[in-house]
Amino acid sequence: MLRQVEGSQAVARAVTLCRPQVIAAYPISPQTHIVESLSDRVRTGELTSCEYLMVESEFGAMSACIGASGAGARTYTATSSQGLLFMAEALFNASGLGLPIVMTVANRAIGAPINIWNDHSDAMSMRDSGWIQLFAESNQEAVDLHVQAYRLAESLSVPVMVCMDGFVLTHAFEEVDLPSQEQVDAFVPPLVPQQLLDPADPVTIGAMVGPEAFAEVKYLMHVKQMAALDEIPVIAEDFLRAFGRASGGLLKPYRVEDAETVVVALGSVLGTVEEVVDAMRDDGLSVGALGITCFRPWPVAEVREALGRAKRVVVVEKAFAVGAGGIVGQNVRDATRNLPVDVYDVVAGLGGRPITRASLRRLLDDVVAARVDASRLHFLDLDVELVQRELERARHGARPGPHAENMLRDIGTVASGAYE
Amino acid sequence: MAFQQIKLYQTGTFVAGNRLLDPEQRSVQARTGRSNSLTSGHRACRGCGEALGARYVLDAAMRATDGNLVAVNSTGCLEVFSTPYPESSWQLPWLHSLFGNGPAVAAGVAAALRAQGREDIRVVGQAGDGGTVDIGFGTLSGMFERNDDVLFVCYDNEGYMNTGVQRSGATPPAATTANTKALGGTPGNVFGQGKSVPLIAMAHEIPYVATATVAELRDLEYKVEKAMTFRGARYLHVFVPCPLGWGAASADTVKLARLAKETGLFPVFEAEAGTVTEVSKIRRQVPVEDYLRPQKRFAHLFGDQPRPDVVARLQARADRNIARFGLLPEGDE
Ligand SMILES: Cc1ncc(C[n+]2csc(CCOP(=O)(O)OP(=O)(O)O)c2C)c(N)n1
Ligand code: SF4
Ligand SMILES: [Mg+2]
Repeated sequence: MLRQVEGSQAVARAVTLCRPQVIAAYPISPQTHIVESLSDRVRTGELTSCEYLMVESEFGAMSACIGASGAGARTYTATSSQGLLFMAEALFNASGLGLPIVMTVANRAIGAPINIWNDHSDAMSMRDSGWIQLFAESNQEAVDLHVQAYRLAESLSVPVMVCMDGFVLTHAFEEVDLPSQEQVDAFVPPLVPQQLLDPADPVTIGAMVGPEAFAEVKYLMHVKQMAALDEIPVIAEDFLRAFGRASGGLLKPYRVEDAETVVVALGSVLGTVEEVVDAMRDDGLSVGALGITCFRPWPVAEVREALGRAKRVVVVEKAFAVGAGGIVGQNVRDATRNLPVDVYDVVAGLGGRPITRASLRRLLDDVVAARVDASRLHFLDLDVELVQRELERARHGARPGPHAENMLRDIGTVASGAYE
Repeated sequence: MAFQQIKLYQTGTFVAGNRLLDPEQRSVQARTGRSNSLTSGHRACRGCGEALGARYVLDAAMRATDGNLVAVNSTGCLEVFSTPYPESSWQLPWLHSLFGNGPAVAAGVAAALRAQGREDIRVVGQAGDGGTVDIGFGTLSGMFERNDDVLFVCYDNEGYMNTGVQRSGATPPAATTANTKALGGTPGNVFGQGKSVPLIAMAHEIPYVATATVAELRDLEYKVEKAMTFRGARYLHVFVPCPLGWGAASADTVKLARLAKETGLFPVFEAEAGTVTEVSKIRRQVPVEDYLRPQKRFAHLFGDQPRPDVVARLQARADRNIARFGLLPEGDE
């Protein structure tokens, strides 16, 4: 049924349709509307046979999901940013134990400086946590990915993180086709746990493992993620058949077949990227885009295949490895190893800065005209002068003070106190 | 012909495993049907109070629930000595997740069981004092607040034993640990720090809070069984001497537990909904020195430069407990 609805409400409805039995969540912007809505749905009885735990922290939220999943319940939680970091230890535990927990991450920057707006630093910081990471391009896809996530998580007994851009998607009202209960019931069968805390058949879950088998247990996590690379496209095809809509899968190629220059990106920015691709195509330039829907496991062969004919790959990513470079970029470079292609790492949209069509167009024009050095890390729309002035200030005096305050005062932002 | 002399215990005492009692009055451990939830072959040190406590707690809980029990364990000695891969001493469904999240994991298990209509299966969470009073404190308080149907048991050996005997929020003042050595002007752990989690648990007004020691195992079993008659969050704080960490003889575990209670240093009581309902009286009061002397962690108080002033401060702590909880029998106060 098509409805004009806020992204968070749509996701809450999709999760409801998946019939989670235990929800444990702790509020943080921009995830709040999702979990508030789920609390309503449990209270009104729209979501039955579900326990909603108001936990004391995100660490508690993930931990409660671990216990609930071990006891055979379908579980759900959602978080963002600092909250995801606060549950970091439990994330690795959930994946190490192989528990099919589904979580929404409403992507948001990580402080300091504290910032509530969208980027991908949170999800990227947990890229090696053993969770499957799926990125939604739109609210429709966010809805669809949650339905697919339960099927994926439970078929492989692995935890799945559905990432959707904070505010940009979570707080955006757009038309979404919400499936019916019957459709979802048919697509997501009841959970059959692969391990269960059952007094009739006691097992020890979470035993200590030393050097004699630790690598093997960890290797199995990798095996499962590799299996997910096969499973995810199958689930997406089934989804297309059942719901009449293409959603999910590993990658989203856009006019990429013959493109000499390909932009790689994740999440909601893909819409903007595709518009720029269209405009450049209209100008006779050979440009395409490759959306990464599944970032973990990393579909290395599929990415290599999709980028095999490109000359230039521009990875536009909303996070970076401080002191090293691009994160997605590194993975793309790995996938294109020994291919005659230049990979450009471009950090963009940090802390909610808009990634505009104009900026992207300028960037791509520069890349095509060989004005950009592929060996360096680039920051889209970086205010270089602001940085220079602060570096200059920092050189003088024994105590130049906090960067954030200095720079805000410099640009005259009200919050800096410059109005005084 | 060589023969072994069999020592028969008196009836009518609280001695554990008394087979002279009527079957119905026997301790859980003395029954043939005991579940051996934590079975033999684990790797705890000789005389480990935690192993003893856990065995009694879980078997009593198993009996109270007719075997419908799930245990959640935080990281610590108990978890490590019971599950070195590929062996497990646990004969009940058992889940270990992390050091600081036992109460939240247990709450999750309880929620899952409720959602599945399996409230006949009960949940015990267990952790050392570190996993309870320090790193797990936030999740514990959250679990109490929500009144989740979990019995949480703290095995208090007054330190982080699993990592090599460091100080915890339950380490008593003056005790030496690996990071509170007898160095400098104030040797051992600092006075005026740490906290009483049983009292904090009471402040949450949860249905049942109790303390116990491994010296009175019938009392421990009784409290577990009683705890299982309540629904909601319950807390049991069990005093479990650690021969390795305390520098005490393995054979002295039960004795030290008894002395901790008889000195007043460890008050044994029960509370319901935030109010103390029962206090286990001191039967034969002893000075704290009797308790401190057999333990190497307090040896610096009695060495070349004895510290009667510090011993007096510890005695004052015991006296305060005695007054606060009314630990002396009527007329002795
Ligand atoms: C987050 C985290 N910090 C530290 C540790 C290391 N660690 C494991 S067990 C432990 C101490 C356990 O103390 P306690 O809970 O009192 O149990 P005990 O071993 O004394 O029975 C510590 C510090 C850990 N496993 N996880
Ligand atoms: S160190 Fe202490 S708590 Fe740990 S097994 Fe040995 S006696 Fe038990
Ligand atoms: Mg301890």
